[in-house]
Amino acid sequence: MVTRMINGEQTNTEAAATARNGVGTARTTRRTEDKRDMTVRVSATEVNFHYSDGFHALKNINMPLYDRHVTALIGPSGCGKSTFLRCLNRMNEEVDPGCKLGGKISLDGLNIYDGTVDKPELRKRVGMIFQAPNPFGMSIQDNIAFGPRLHGKYGKSELDALVKRCLEQAALWDEVKDKLKASAFSLSGGQKQRLCIARTLATNPEVILMDEPTSALDPASTQKIEEMMETLKREYTIVIVTHNMYQAERISDFTGFFYKGDLVEFGATAQIFTAPQNKQTNDYIKGKFG
Amino acid sequence: MIPVKTLRSPGTSARQGYESFMFAVMGFGALLVVVPMLYIFGTILYRGLGKVLSPGFLTLPPDGAAGGVAPQIAGTVALMVGTMVLALPLGISAAIYLTEYAGRNAFTRAIRMAIVNLAGVPSIVHGLFGLGLFVYFLGAWMDKASGYASLNPPQVFWGRGTLLWGAATLAVLVLPIVITATEEALKTVPRSFREGAMGLGATKWQTIWKVVLPAALPGILTGTILAIGRAAGETAPIIFTAVVGFKTNHAAIPPLYEPVVALPYHLFYVVTELVEATPALQYGTALTLLLIVFGVNLVAIILRTRLRRARKW
Repeated sequence: MVTRMINGEQTNTEAAATARNGVGTARTTRRTEDKRDMTVRVSATEVNFHYSDGFHALKNINMPLYDRHVTALIGPSGCGKSTFLRCLNRMNEEVDPGCKLGGKISLDGLNIYDGTVDKPELRKRVGMIFQAPNPFGMSIQDNIAFGPRLHGKYGKSELDALVKRCLEQAALWDEVKDKLKASAFSLSGGQKQRLCIARTLATNPEVILMDEPTSALDPASTQKIEEMMETLKREYTIVIVTHNMYQAERISDFTGFFYKGDLVEFGATAQIFTAPQNKQTNDYIKGKFG
Repeated sequence: MIPVKTLRSPGTSARQGYESFMFAVMGFGALLVVVPMLYIFGTILYRGLGKVLSPGFLTLPPDGAAGGVAPQIAGTVALMVGTMVLALPLGISAAIYLTEYAGRNAFTRAIRMAIVNLAGVPSIVHGLFGLGLFVYFLGAWMDKASGYASLNPPQVFWGRGTLLWGAATLAVLVLPIVITATEEALKTVPRSFREGAMGLGATKWQTIWKVVLPAALPGILTGTILAIGRAAGETAPIIFTAVVGFKTNHAAIPPLYEPVVALPYHLFYVVTELVEATPALQYGTALTLLLIVFGVNLVAIILRTRLRRARKW
């Protein structure tokens, strides 16, 4: 497992090396240019999670999430990966108020389960993309402006610029620039999901959680979103839950394999997919179960 | 040689006969529902349309057998608007509390039980309840507090049937319908909307106010308008709390603090008490009331179909 490192010079080499081991030349070139260091942004320490019906969904999870890297969570259905993701922005308790979390999850060293934490403020900083695209029943630009309007006052030109920037980041601007006032429901499935990503970017989050963001989309839309993530990870810390192992291998820097509530293995994606230390991880990756 | 086959069995004819018979019975039952409706509306339309279309009927105040029902229409509309203004915020708040905030416990079960039972209370009981609570208790207290009661001679201002108390009583009557309709509408808003909003850092209230309520509004309005249509035709709740049979001063917009004239009670009045009333006047009044209620229901139906078509989640 990679340990926390703060020294810039050493870190760049490390990140580049990680990337070079696992993936193709094109990406290696891009990787060597970026200036990401290995700061731990979010860290989970001995996290245990019980749903209100008593189901022990997460058992003693320890995991670091590195700043401006993509961490993929993989594992068979019901293994706890989505539950873990939803612990990171405290979404579980909205759906199941009786659930219980033990251990500690911290964002930049601050315990997000502390009693004084303002959950809306946390979720503003830790944005979330859901499996099914869920735009609101309003216009495209109002969808984007929804978050900013919640958190502050914006002038019209300011908001217009923000809408444009977020749609550009989400690679949707060219397709919708002439119909910003049209209903978000008029978009295709893939466009809706990119709109939801743009909507999340508009609140200026630091961490973005993605819960199987492409599982309801066609391959072309999936590819667009994966390409977008390549760019987004230069600015954002991304955690993605995926059922698609090729996707995890393509887009992530680190991978965690969950099985029956345990984090079986966590490490650099290149290592997990080429030389897994655990037999279960190996079997899952080779498609023997799941 | 191929043997002759048939796709019938010895029991076929009997079975088919029974089948036709049963369909005939059920068709007759369905017809029986339509007949009274057509008969009632047909009779009233046939005998009242001439009066409704006669000059001045919809625009003039009553004048014995002549004149019209304009103040009664205004009174009925005012009662509907007042009912809506009172019942909508109250009913929506209650429904939001029940569906979005309250858990499932003994307290909410008791509230739901109360709502179901409130819906079953006969309308005359609502009328007497309104008389007791609004007119005798609240109205008399307001007269005392404002000093009207201690004038010489004592003045009765709020302690009598007024538009406000009629609307309040009707609001209590339709509250269960508004609450139930709102609850149903809130439940149809997908969870993903709520999660989406909260995932962007919206508080629970912001989520409800900015996302859930707008999405549920069509359903809420449809249910509420249907309820108001029902309230428009009610007589018993307003007899003691709001209406008089006859008035001389008619404001275009009836004031809240005055007794009103309204179509349902006016119909009762012209049929039982007004000696000069002609059948044409009686049927004309009935038709006007029916048209208002149908009109309100039509608005609800149009709203529902249009908004259903627009909804795409």
